[in-house]
Amino acid sequence: MAKDDSSAPRTEPIQSWTFSKNINAEIRRAAATGIYDIRGGGAKRRVPHFDDLLFLGASISRYPLEGYREKCDTRVTLGTRYAKKPIELDIPVTIAGMSFGALSGPAKEALGRGATLAGTSTTTGDGGMTPEERGHSKKLVYQYLPSRYGMNPDDLRKADAIEVVVGQGAKPGGGGMLLGQKISDRVAEMRNLPKGIDQRSACRHPDWTGPDDLEIKILELREITNWEKPIYVKVGGARPYYDTTLAVKAGADVVVLDGMQGGTAATQDVFIEHVGQPILACIRDAVQALQDLDMHREVQLIVSGGIRSGADVAKALALGADAVAIGTAALIALGDNDPRWEEEYQRLGTTTGAYDDWHEGRDPAGITTQDPELMARFDPIEGGRRLNNYLKVMTLEAQTLARACGKSHVHNLEPEDLVALTMEAAAMARVPLSGTDWWPGKPGTGF
Amino acid sequence: MQTIDLEATGLREMNSALQAQAKDTNQTAWEIVNPRGAHAIAVGLDAPIDVAVRGSTGYYCAGMNKQATVRVDGSAGPGVAENMMSGTVVIEGDASQYAGATGHGGTLVIKGNASSRCGISMKGIDIVVHGNVGHMSAFMAQSGNLVVCGDAGEALGDSIYEARLFVRGSVKSLGADCIEKEMRPEHLEILAELLERGGCDAKPEEFKRYGSARQLYNFNIDNAY
Repeated sequence: MAKDDSSAPRTEPIQSWTFSKNINAEIRRAAATGIYDIRGGGAKRRVPHFDDLLFLGASISRYPLEGYREKCDTRVTLGTRYAKKPIELDIPVTIAGMSFGALSGPAKEALGRGATLAGTSTTTGDGGMTPEERGHSKKLVYQYLPSRYGMNPDDLRKADAIEVVVGQGAKPGGGGMLLGQKISDRVAEMRNLPKGIDQRSACRHPDWTGPDDLEIKILELREITNWEKPIYVKVGGARPYYDTTLAVKAGADVVVLDGMQGGTAATQDVFIEHVGQPILACIRDAVQALQDLDMHREVQLIVSGGIRSGADVAKALALGADAVAIGTAALIALGDNDPRWEEEYQRLGTTTGAYDDWHEGRDPAGITTQDPELMARFDPIEGGRRLNNYLKVMTLEAQTLARACGKSHVHNLEPEDLVALTMEAAAMARVPLSGTDWWPGKPGTGF
Repeated sequence: MQTIDLEATGLREMNSALQAQAKDTNQTAWEIVNPRGAHAIAVGLDAPIDVAVRGSTGYYCAGMNKQATVRVDGSAGPGVAENMMSGTVVIEGDASQYAGATGHGGTLVIKGNASSRCGISMKGIDIVVHGNVGHMSAFMAQSGNLVVCGDAGEALGDSIYEARLFVRGSVKSLGADCIEKEMRPEHLEILAELLERGGCDAKPEEFKRYGSARQLYNFNIDNAY
């Protein structure tokens, strides 16, 4: 007779770290469907970020500015290198490019309203410029993208700046996709394509390859617009030192650098999570390139990808950026992923904060959709008010930190004001590991 | 006729003079001499003027043209008539890569050969090439017509949308989702008008028509080969 050992201690079930619940679910989904996952947003994995940096604040060697009253300037001028009409912004936070098509018309309008109230710029996206967007944006940057959907010289001249998009942080080296569910009559017409088909956005420009061609392309754009508009060049966070160098060589007024946390309307999850670098790892290389060319502050640097607060803004500026751009955070300020829609998120098989199937056009918040009923839920005036409030808070927070470091302009923040909490962040930001005077790779230390 | 010596005047001044012409200007005839392969000649025009370029041009000649007629008495560098909206551009010689790229409208006539990616991502432009076109021509072509009186290189019409392609000679290979299509009477009529507009004496019946099989219009993993 077998011995009854049911009362003996047993090994507890252990979930594999390698084969986690999420990984296993994805394997099952792939096995069932035969298609890879497409989603919106940026990298969700934990990567070294601005949270891993701290400001030192003032001490005996540096004295602070009074927290509320002493002047701490936040103005930024973009496009001082060649443009006859540089862009003047009141705050160092801009709105990143997001397309009409990916976003609803009212959502684009709200971005324009909020940015204008806050004294900053917003940016078009793939799909061209809508009259509503131009009308509600005092300062509008017109993206010049590989697809050239909606591109025309009249809109080019109506813009306040032109952004030549080479890549973006969510998918350096990749193109875009707008699924047929979001291709309304108006979106289709603006893109010269049939309604309801999946619209691909090319991964590279159709009429130039390489930095020498880009220089000539920028010359053409300047000639068409009478050398008035600042020309930005946007790159994903891949090889920031060389990309910045080449953008400057090609004649850019402004370099826009987007880290892997930067969002997209839709691409493969494998692309979002496995290509490109965190923005923290990119900024110092880009600044170094500008300094090596003696172009720091003459060619301005805008960074993006996971900017959420005034602390992130201040840290990005301290590392040498001139301004930041926000995309995902702006959508959240408008109402994306808001808990008020939790029931509907549940019905879509997701939850508040995790909703990322923006490409399906079923956004309960009415922001990333072209569905008339869902769009009607979103009030562009209220959205604009919320975005303005959020931008104002970010700016006040950045000023607070700058004053604590004794700076009368947010651009006076510098790497010496920072320490890092982790070895990785210290290496990427090239600031000392907290409690030491060392970072990995510091010249002269042998590491 | 107004004559601009590009060597003496400089690019900015030349383009400014041409761009300053109003829709009802009476200075309708212009001549550019000494182009010497300069880039961005006669870009961003928006008036019904006639510009003759006496020589060969560099990149992006007549880029984003509206209304104007630009004639190049030589060959054109990459991206001639890129993103053209309307008007006419005529190249007497050959054209380099990306001729007529992303053009939304108007007519581009190339009397010699066109290199690779002619008509790439075209969005409504009509292109008539008297000679041959290189590889990947009409890649992701959305709408408009590409007429090739000679031969076409590899991967013609790869990932094409709704553009019409007419080729008289051989096609080395067709790109993904591009197929030969029936030439119906309405297509012969369209082609006859395009050939006439392009100053080409070929007969429509000598051409074959190519277009989209529309199998890539909706996303499918099997397309990723």
